[in-house]
Amino acid sequence: MSSLWPELERVLGEVQKPARYIGCEDGMIIPEHRPEKAAWLLIYPDTYEVGLPNQGLQILYEIINERPDAVAERSYAPWTDMAGVLRRTGLPLFSVDTHRAAGEFDILAFNLSSELVYTNLLECLDLSGVPLHTTERRSEDPLVIIGGHCAYNPEPLADFIDAAVLGDGEEVVSEISEVVAAWKVSGRTSRDGILRELARIEGVYVPSMYEVDYDGDRLVSFTPRLSGIPEVVEKRTVADLASWPYPKNQLVPLTEVVHDRLNVEVFRGCTRGCRFCQAGMITRPVRERPAGQVRTMVTDGLRRTGYDEVALTSLSTADFSGIEQVVATAVADDVCGRVSVSLPSLRVDAFTVGIAAEIQKARRTGLTFAPEAGSWRLRQVINKLVKEEDLYGAVGSAFSQGWRRAKLYFLTGLPTEIDEDTLAILDLARNCIDVGREYHRNPSVTISLGGFVPKPFTPFQWFGQNTETELRRKIGLLRDELRSGGKTLNGVKLKWHDARASVIEGLFSRGDRRLGAVIEDVWRNGGVFQEWSEHFDITLWSDALARNDLSLDWYVYRHRTHDEVLPWDHLSAGLHKDFLWQDWRDALDEVGLEDCRWTPCYDCGACTSYGVEHIVASAVPPAGGSQGTGQAVNGTGVPVSLTIGPRVPAGAGS
Amino acid sequence: MRLRVRFAKTGKVRFVGHRDVARIWERSLRKASLSVAYSEGFSPRPKLSFGLALSTGYESNAEYLEIELLEPADDSTWSPVDAEAMRVRIDAVLPAGFDVLAVAPADRRADSLQQAVTSCTWEILVDPAGVDEVATGVADLLERNEIVVERERKGKVVTEDIRHQVLALDVTGEAGDGVRLSADLGTQPRALRPDEMLAAMDPPLLARSVCRMNQWMSQGDDRIEPLSVDAAPAPLAEVRA
Repeated sequence: MSSLWPELERVLGEVQKPARYIGCEDGMIIPEHRPEKAAWLLIYPDTYEVGLPNQGLQILYEIINERPDAVAERSYAPWTDMAGVLRRTGLPLFSVDTHRAAGEFDILAFNLSSELVYTNLLECLDLSGVPLHTTERRSEDPLVIIGGHCAYNPEPLADFIDAAVLGDGEEVVSEISEVVAAWKVSGRTSRDGILRELARIEGVYVPSMYEVDYDGDRLVSFTPRLSGIPEVVEKRTVADLASWPYPKNQLVPLTEVVHDRLNVEVFRGCTRGCRFCQAGMITRPVRERPAGQVRTMVTDGLRRTGYDEVALTSLSTADFSGIEQVVATAVADDVCGRVSVSLPSLRVDAFTVGIAAEIQKARRTGLTFAPEAGSWRLRQVINKLVKEEDLYGAVGSAFSQGWRRAKLYFLTGLPTEIDEDTLAILDLARNCIDVGREYHRNPSVTISLGGFVPKPFTPFQWFGQNTETELRRKIGLLRDELRSGGKTLNGVKLKWHDARASVIEGLFSRGDRRLGAVIEDVWRNGGVFQEWSEHFDITLWSDALARNDLSLDWYVYRHRTHDEVLPWDHLSAGLHKDFLWQDWRDALDEVGLEDCRWTPCYDCGACTSYGVEHIVASAVPPAGGSQGTGQAVNGTGVPVSLTIGPRVPAGAGS
Repeated sequence: MRLRVRFAKTGKVRFVGHRDVARIWERSLRKASLSVAYSEGFSPRPKLSFGLALSTGYESNAEYLEIELLEPADDSTWSPVDAEAMRVRIDAVLPAGFDVLAVAPADRRADSLQQAVTSCTWEILVDPAGVDEVATGVADLLERNEIVVERERKGKVVTEDIRHQVLALDVTGEAGDGVRLSADLGTQPRALRPDEMLAAMDPPLLARSVCRMNQWMSQGDDRIEPLSVDAAPAPLAEVRA
């Protein structure tokens, strides 16, 4: 094995942003490759700027490199100019750490967080010189593995991947390393043999080990081809985040990337129960990091990296027990200079003046809240139980502390949504502007509107997604109203996600393995970086569907029935399917469901299936807001006393 | 006090752009816990001023920046020992590939480095070609009375005579499979890049690597460096960060 750097440095002058390809980050590891070590190439199939900050990839990078039997390096999808240079010069995809050819690694592990990057996965395989199809790979070719949220329905990628890993990666990468290292030592004889061994590891799904039966268009069953292969593959869950204080040495890139700051994960999982949210469903239960460990990671991280911003990350950071105190004391006094704390994921019902004051000490960037739906009725349907007053309280907290801009996230195309719900988004925005005027002359509110894409392992997995036309009509409704809305809407801006892209996300979100041909077709016709609006091309997708005699009507727009076999039924996130179905019925009845962190268990399955529990320091919800209970809000920043039932240990059943 | 720093940028990090280098400095100075002065206002930034920009892809043994420090307030007690300690302290926090070569107090009232510097010395390695052929090209270039190049400026193509910017150009030897040149190029009113000069040669040459060796300020009939180093590291070493 040797470094391709001498060849690469001669061509880097030809590409935009060559710093994407040099590595050299503070925190980079130069591992010692050895014949008996499993060599992982962790690939984020999007640009370096998007992929570098990914915490999941960085966590695994460190954990694997700490093992004596494995090494890990990193790679990112080369931008189109670089891909052109590589093809012209005959150079392969390479790692950024030691600039080794991707084909020299034993495992190519892709982190997939969006369906639109699937063609980039093919591009990376092709640039690596690895056969695209699993059936064409020989024993000397690398194993192709995927992880990340898209791994919960890997079926559309079944032709191209050797395995998918479900859930938290911290533990399972070690088990995979052991198996692969042993396979190497034994001479890498049979590819089938190693796949069979991988399939026996809990959390590892090997698509080629399953027979799929259809009845016409309909899926009938998934059957393991061999004994010892599980009928249902269960996700992996680490019981306690405190045991995994990673990344310990967050990578500090030399060129600007997204989320360019220290990131400290304060908890994993979320039980707010928003029905549209796949992340909240598949990452249960809630596992908080001890406040002391958060503080250590923040302070050590700032000292080591020199960053002046730290993000406390989770699916809903304001829910962290004692968040105000943690934010106030997160940064030790002896850390030099000004530091700002950002909380990227904020629920409006837990955002208070106290938090607002703490996080804006150094620099004030925009604040984003996510009411998700315009009307209370629709928020009950999606179980995002934040009241209008909560939103105004949160926005008021922000405006009172000097912010002038707020961004509000909404989804459109939600189940049962009627135009009245859609238009209510503008009422919320208008009222937020009014709140802002109490503090500033020209407050601004930006509405960011996304088309709803139903996801596997959520109560909305049976819902037929809105058509492109319907999504466009709803966006148009708001746009037109905003244009003709007159003075009361001054300061309100509208941004929206391309409805066509939402449809293609929907295609793969709930697609099956017949869609592999579509991904390959689009890639062969030059469709890469489809998650970038400048490259997204809907005609590539519609042509590919037509050529393969597949339709959006069937895959995207159709409601699924209760008895239908879903393409991910042989995979499990712990959630009972009947729990999800009941939650879907409750949604249609506009019935909300409380957060089980602070109320009795309703047995969704996430804890009971795996014998794990919530790890939450506080027995009561964080201060402020109505906490989705519909109770009165006593102004911002004032703890609301809630009547909470006796705390039942999560997972104990009810 | 104001601190002037001379640093090198070599190896893989030569592909890091000028703006990113500024960000790297901001972070590194925080790591060093220096009491850097910040600007006022909505988005306070550390008070750093950089000299001439270096094209992405070029190496350098002569990059400069000035840092405004709150402490010490002035340089009345500053000694060479302090300078060396400061050099080591800053060098330790910079990423591999960036090396601090010298540190000294700077005069706040003096011209900015961008205004004061009038020329740079470059060491250039050009792709395989005979030494003689390159030497002929060099002689030809130096004999010309004008060298008119076209370039884009604010979206428009403008022509410009760069002859007076080529102050010196020599073939200094062969290295590996390339030929080594040394060039002194003017920086006022704008800095001429080695690539532009090479492209104007007949036949045009392509640089494989370029390293800025010195920046020069005029002092009477002489030229001096903003900060000199006794022993600059060897340029274009084969193996670096």
